[in-house]
Amino acid sequence: MAESPRILVQAADFNPGAELARLAGAEVGGIASFTGIVRAGQGAGPRVSALTLEHYPGMTEAALSKIAARAQARWALTGCTIIHRIGRLLPGENIVFVAAASAHRGAALRAVEFLIDYLKTSAPFWKAEELETGERRWVAARAADDAAAAAWNARGVGGAAARENKE
Amino acid sequence: MKLLYFAWLREKIGQAEETLTPPQHILTVRDLIAWLRTRSPGHAAAFADTRLIRCAIGQEFASLDSPLDSAAELAFFPPVTGG
Repeated sequence: MAESPRILVQAADFNPGAELARLAGAEVGGIASFTGIVRAGQGAGPRVSALTLEHYPGMTEAALSKIAARAQARWALTGCTIIHRIGRLLPGENIVFVAAASAHRGAALRAVEFLIDYLKTSAPFWKAEELETGERRWVAARAADDAAAAAWNARGVGGAAARENKE
Repeated sequence: MKLLYFAWLREKIGQAEETLTPPQHILTVRDLIAWLRTRSPGHAAAFADTRLIRCAIGQEFASLDSPLDSAAELAFFPPVTGG
């Protein structure tokens, strides 16, 4: 029997270990998770000195609940957690956490990937970057993120889910 | 109708929200954007390129061709970048 998903939007940090422990139980065969961290930069561009996360209060929580419900409809999960931080964050800090628990690893692993792919395209958050150069800019959406979320639709609901639950 | 603006739309418009009553011939989100552009240089800059605009009606994602009907809360924002 699946528990209600745990959905949190908060300025405070979270503890991934404690969150994983909450999902454990006698019927749980495995817990998978993804922790997103603020990255200072990659490649040759200017480095990021801070990120500020803005969101749409009310809609954000509803959108995250909807994403969790879709994951629970698609895979046999015993529990599911989504935590997203808001406000100003520094490189190395936690920004997002998603986790899924299931009787079997396949469902937990796939559900986590689904949750983070959908969160990136279907939850109303916006990132502004402060750069080491002193410039501040809004992060542009990435086409690759849209493609990753769209790919889950292309995989269909019935067949894939039925197979994945048996793994 | 309560309008909310997020991220760079809010910054360009210079306010996070406003309550407006659009004229009766404004039927869709796209019509509303065209009308909002005429309200100030900030609105015109924010709504210059509709390809960069996303919206939600009553806190549900909607398309630019969605009818306004009797929407009480409508939000405009750029494509989302969470995660």
